Order: sequence, then C-alpha cells, then structure tokens
Amino acid sequence: MTGYIVRRLLTAVPVILGLSVIVFLIMAMIPGDPALAILGSYATPENVDRINRALGLDRSLPEQYFIWITNLVQGDFGRSYILNRPVLDEVLERFGATMILAGTALVLCSILGLLTGIASAVRQFGWTDRILTFFVLIGISMPAFWLGLIFIFFFAVQWRLLPASGMYAVYGGGDLPDLLRHLILPAATLAIVATGVIARLTRAAMLEVLRQDFVRTARAKGLSERKVIYRHAFRAALVSIIPVIGVQAGFVLGGSVYIETVFQWPGLGAMLVKAVSTRDLLLVQGGVLVAATAYVLVNLATDVAQAMLDPRLKA
Amino acid sequence: MTAKWRGVAALALATALALSGPANAQTPPNVLVVGQIAEPQSLDPHVSTATNDFRIAVNIYDGLVRNKPGTLEIEPALATDWSVSEDGLTYTFNLREGVTFHDGSPFNAEAVKFNFDRMLDESHPFHETGPFPLSFQFSAVEEVTVIDDNTVEFTLNEPFAPFLSNLASPTGLIVSPAAVEQHGADYGRNPSGTGAFKFEEWQANQRVVASRNENYWDGAAPLEAVVFRPITDANTRVAEMLSGGIDVLLETPPDNVANFATDDSFIVHETTGPHVWYVMLNMKEGPFTDQRVRQAVNYAVNKESLVNDVLQGTATVSAGPIPSAFNWAHNEAVKPYPYDPERARDLLAEADAEGAELTFFVTEGGSGMLDPVPMGTAIQADLAAVGLDVNIETYEWNTFLAEVNPGLEGKADMAEMAWMTTDPDTLPFLTLRTGAWPEEGGFNSSYYSNPEVDELLDRARTSTDQEERGELYRQVQEIVHEDAPWLFVANWQQNAVTSAAVGDFQLQPDFSLVLRDVTKQ
Repeated sequence: MTGYIVRRLLTAVPVILGLSVIVFLIMAMIPGDPALAILGSYATPENVDRINRALGLDRSLPEQYFIWITNLVQGDFGRSYILNRPVLDEVLERFGATMILAGTALVLCSILGLLTGIASAVRQFGWTDRILTFFVLIGISMPAFWLGLIFIFFFAVQWRLLPASGMYAVYGGGDLPDLLRHLILPAATLAIVATGVIARLTRAAMLEVLRQDFVRTARAKGLSERKVIYRHAFRAALVSIIPVIGVQAGFVLGGSVYIETVFQWPGLGAMLVKAVSTRDLLLVQGGVLVAATAYVLVNLATDVAQAMLDPRLKA
Repeated sequence: MTAKWRGVAALALATALALSGPANAQTPPNVLVVGQIAEPQSLDPHVSTATNDFRIAVNIYDGLVRNKPGTLEIEPALATDWSVSEDGLTYTFNLREGVTFHDGSPFNAEAVKFNFDRMLDESHPFHETGPFPLSFQFSAVEEVTVIDDNTVEFTLNEPFAPFLSNLASPTGLIVSPAAVEQHGADYGRNPSGTGAFKFEEWQANQRVVASRNENYWDGAAPLEAVVFRPITDANTRVAEMLSGGIDVLLETPPDNVANFATDDSFIVHETTGPHVWYVMLNMKEGPFTDQRVRQAVNYAVNKESLVNDVLQGTATVSAGPIPSAFNWAHNEAVKPYPYDPERARDLLAEADAEGAELTFFVTEGGSGMLDPVPMGTAIQADLAAVGLDVNIETYEWNTFLAEVNPGLEGKADMAEMAWMTTDPDTLPFLTLRTGAWPEEGGFNSSYYSNPEVDELLDRARTSTDQEERGELYRQVQEIVHEDAPWLFVANWQQNAVTSAAVGDFQLQPDFSLVLRDVTKQ
C-alpha cells in the first residue's frame, strides 16, 4: 500500500508541472497584461513599458518561466504584481479558508447524503422514500449561488440570525464560535447540491446490494435488521459510493468559487477569479498549483480508501 | 426517533441557536465599519492606483496640500503656505512644524524630498520598492531641494499648472521614510503617515483597521476607529447594510438606491464627481470625418433616458470634456445636445451619411465604465432609430484598452471610454490635443485635432493664475462641444449609504473618503 501511495504521489509531480506550463501559456496568450490592469485608462505604451520593465515582464516567456520554476524549487513563489505581497503567503491563507469551507461542506454532505440515501433505500417506495427523494431532487436542481442569495435574504437580512458575509466578525470576535457562525450559511449552501447527488447514488447502491444473496443469508442467520443494513449491506455499498464522494469533493472545491464570491469567503476560488482578471500571473500560477495538488491528493485518498474496502483492488 | 437521536437533535438545535445569538448584526459603538468594493492592493499611496485603496490612504496620510472638503479647491495641509516663482518653475513650501509620523519619526523637508525622489529617481535606494504607476503626474519635477528643516523647494522643467492639484491627489500623499526603510517592499502592508487615523492591522481579505491619531495636527477625530471591509459582490454589500453589518455602503447598485432613500434608518449621499463617460468618434476615416455626422449622433442619443433609465439616476447628462465638479473651470453656458432625432436625420441627410454602417467597441466592464454593455446597446438602438447601422463588438476591459489605446484607425468608428481626473487639464490634455495622438504617446484615439484647442490647452497648463485657467478651459469646452469629437454622455454621480447613526458624513468630489470629521452615535 505504501509503495502504491508513493508511486501515485510521484506521478502527480509531472501532472502538476505540466499544468503550470499550460496555465503559463494560456495567461500569456490572452490579450492585455498586468500593466494595463494596474494603469487602467492611464496606460500609454510608454507607461506600460515602464511598468513591465519594473515587473520583469519584458523578458521572454521561457526566461520568465525558468526564473519562476527555479525560484519555486527554492520555495519562493514570487510576488503578486497586483497585491504587492508574496504569493505563497496569500495562497496559503486563502487555501486554509477554502479548506475550512469545502471540508465542512464535504463532511456535511457526506453524512447527510449517506443517511438520506440509506433511509430511502431501506423504505423503498414508502413515504419516507418519497419525501426524501422529493427534497433530494430539489437540492440537486437548485443553482448553488441562487440558494446562497436566498439564505442571505432570510437568515441575514430578514431574521438577522446569521451574518451575511465574511469569515469573522468585523471587530473583535475571531474565535471558534465566531468562525462557525460565519460558516453555517456558506457551508450549508455548498453542501446541499452535493448531498442530493450522494443521496441518490447511495440509494441506488444500497438497493442493488440489498437484493444480493449475502444480505438474504445474513437475515436468514437471524441478525438484527440494523446489523444487516449497516454492517453488511452498507459496507458493501460503500465501495461504489466512495468514488462518488471523491468526485463530490472535487465538485465542492470547484463550487466554492461561486459560494466564496456570494458570501465573501476569503478563499482560493475568489482569489483566482480576481487574479485572472488582473493578469496577476504569479498569483494564478501559485493558486493553480495548490488547487491542483489538492485535487491530486483528494483523488489519491479516494483510491486508497476504496482499495482498503475492496480487497480485489489491492493487488 | 430513538431517545438518543432526539438528544442529538436537541443538542444540534441548541448549538445552532447559541451560534446565531445576538452578537452579530451590530457594529461596535464609535467605530465606523465601511463596506468597501474590494480588498485593497496596497496602502502605499505611491504604488496604488485604485480609488478603493485611496479611500483608506487619505485617512492615514496627508499631502502637502489637500482639497477643501466637498470641493476641488486647494487648501493647506502639511504645508502651511507656499509661493510660486514668476516663471512658474519654482514652488517653495513652508512646512507645518511639530508634526510626526505615526511611527514616531519627524515630518520635515528631508521626508518630503525622500518621498518624491523615491518615486522619480531610478537611482534612489528605495526606488525598487515600486513600481510607481502614477508617478508620471510629477514628471515635470526636475528637483526637490531641502532649504531648511521646514522649507522645501520643487523645481519644475516646464510651467505646469496642475502641479498643486496633483500634490493634492493620493499619489502626492507623504509616507514615512523611516517606515519605508524598515519594511522595504512590504511597506504597502505596514503604512505610516501623518493622517487622522493610524494603521492598526490588515487581515488579508477580512479587514483593514485604523485607529484615531490622538496627536493629529488638525485635531483628533471623533471616531475611535475605522474598519474597512472588502465586500466585492454588490448584492452582498447591500445585504450587509440591511442586516446591520456595516455603517457605510459605498457604490450602491443603482437598483437599490431608491429603497435606501425611502427607509428612515438610512441616509443616501450623492455628489457628482470629476468623471466623464463618452463615446469617442473616429475622425480619421469613415462617416465621422464629417462634423455634421458627429453632431447628428449627439442629437440622436437620448442621454436623459440613459442616465435615468439605464443608470437609474446615478449619473447626470454630460455637456463636454470638463465635468461640473471642477466648478472653477466648468462652462455653465455650454448645454448638452438636446435629444432631437429629427435634427439628427436632417444632418445625416445633409452629410449624405444615411444608412452608414458603424463599428462600435464596447467594454464589458472597467474602472469608471458604469454599465457599459446596456449603455452601448441603448446607444445602438437610438442610432438605429435615425438610420445608422451600428455593429457592437464587445471586449473584456484589458483587451479593450489594448485595442483602443493604440488608436481606432482601421478598426472602429466608435468606442466607449471613461475618465476620472483630479485637474480639468488632465482629460483634454491627454485625449483632445493633436500632440496626444496615439503615436505620440497620448490617448487621443479618435484623432481629434484643432489648433485653437491645442493652443488654449498649452496656455492653460502653463498659467499659474486660476482665474485665467478657468477662462481658457471654458473656451475649450465651447469649441470641443461644437466640433463634437465625442458623443458626450454622462458624469457619474458617486453615492454612498450610511446608517442613521452616522453624522457629518460627506462624499468628496475626488472620490476619496475623508472620515476625520465623521461621528457615530
């Protein structure tokens, strides 16, 4: 297993590097440069040249990439042109915030999705199943940013129960309850769509497993229904549910871009959107690198979990 | 539901209620929370270019001079008075004594010299802490000389009348040399000035906090502290204002202004800024080489409807290149072209330009561009009504600038543009002179050229008599209005909403946000 993990991690390195080259080239191909973003209406060719020289953007592309990668190996991600701050500081701070939001959402949607899916499958076509399926369908069909706005309208503006935006209270605060209070709405918004997807697939997987012989055997042995469902059927179904959760983890990471914008959550997604529009090349590179690494790790974790549950995949 | 699960549910509910307790939706007493439109880029006023950042900077720093509150007239700040030599080349400033920066270091003539040398002299040891994108505002400065501790002299290489206005702009704010030496390239995150509020902390993407400077030379501010919060999404900003999370809301979306205006818990503030939104017309080739066609489009577009319907009253109709915010230079007698499609059709018929096909560059967004796509389509519709066939090409802002700034020749007949400036000279000097054609390094992308205007602008720029300058600019407006190199459209009316607890709040015409006199109950 350790060998497998190390091999997977090593193959991730060229993937991430390749990605950085692609991002570098795409950013170079789209018109406009940081100097234009900095200068706005004042962008004369002369001023643009002056700023580009000051930022080292007058060098050739391979040269710029080489400088970047050499510094990177030494742990220096460069300085953001626009924020005037080390890229690594900004990216790590943002990544931490994204992980809090996406992580909470992932835990929420996994627990809710699994419980809903199991409850539906166990009482197939019963009232519980119908009601849950109805809500699951609504959850899947709703655009997340729209749901976010609705939440803000009711919980923050109308009832004034929860804050509308930000990660901490503006003045004072900054402790855990403060963070949780700010986390509830965005995490719930982000989790709801993913919950629906997980619930549907859990229901399908459970139904399939429940029809199989070993479940009938377990029941025939006289095991309690709870043991049959959780210990035997659910465990078997997990093998096909885990990859779904892995995919949803990716979805939650990606979906956080909108949610971070709606709720002003200071995460990586919101940062990347801004950095692309201001042509802040080094910041985009650093952000993509970290996001890509997170994706690779999530995929790896999914595969490892699946392998551990299903002996057939261990080989 | 089993007893155990019931217990878990009750606990979850109790936690949720505890978390959603009364602590939120209230801003602290005597601390002003400002909802900003974005995270600042830098609090080094020489490095920054964004209005958003300047709204913080003007409270942390002072310049040698400043704009009198509510106007664009110059008054003393860190300089108590000054004199200008007969030839307009030497400015001598007497500095305020006993002022210190927030870091404790003294403000004096050496500090002033350090500030300008750092921006303008490439061999200065701290020039590397740049780049200084707007330092060209001071490119006329040849040398800064320390006469004594409290006297400093600026020598210019040519007479340059906007010099004082530029000193009053954010790029002219004075930073602490000691702090720059200490923090180097990170100075923008560790700012130190002489202003009414001193910088406390900057939590990335959360807030910038500044507290009252008890020793402020102009008297300590009533507010204990100011918190600037970045809230980039306009709807979220509105929601925060409604839910009581902020005390001041900047740049309210037009749709929401009316709602706040009718609610007694809020006060809406509005003022016209030195902003012009126009459509440049390509005078080098195509139908717009004919003055009648240019005047025709000015008659054809219903600007009242644009500012009232599309922009919902957040702008006023513009009459020329110098906005009314420059009260001393604006020509009241020049009135906007009235909406008169009949007249437009007649002019087009005279010029034999009926049914002309026109290419119109429109941007998707950009600083000061208001609502460029709906505005572009409204203009297109009005021009179609008088028989002009306008094709819109839309570009993202950076691309747009890269297309438009090198000139419209061979590409387009019309292009949107907007400017915010600190002196009436800047916009016409950069966009209407013959010497400002793109190949000369200016922004006259529509190739307007009128020797009379060139001469008036040159004279206005070198005159040190404000009265005379004002008269010259009034003449410029009259001529440019008649020549119509642009379709004159709108002047943005900046707005802000404050809660009823906020007192003595005033918007400044230069789009800055001066909070030294503001109170909060």
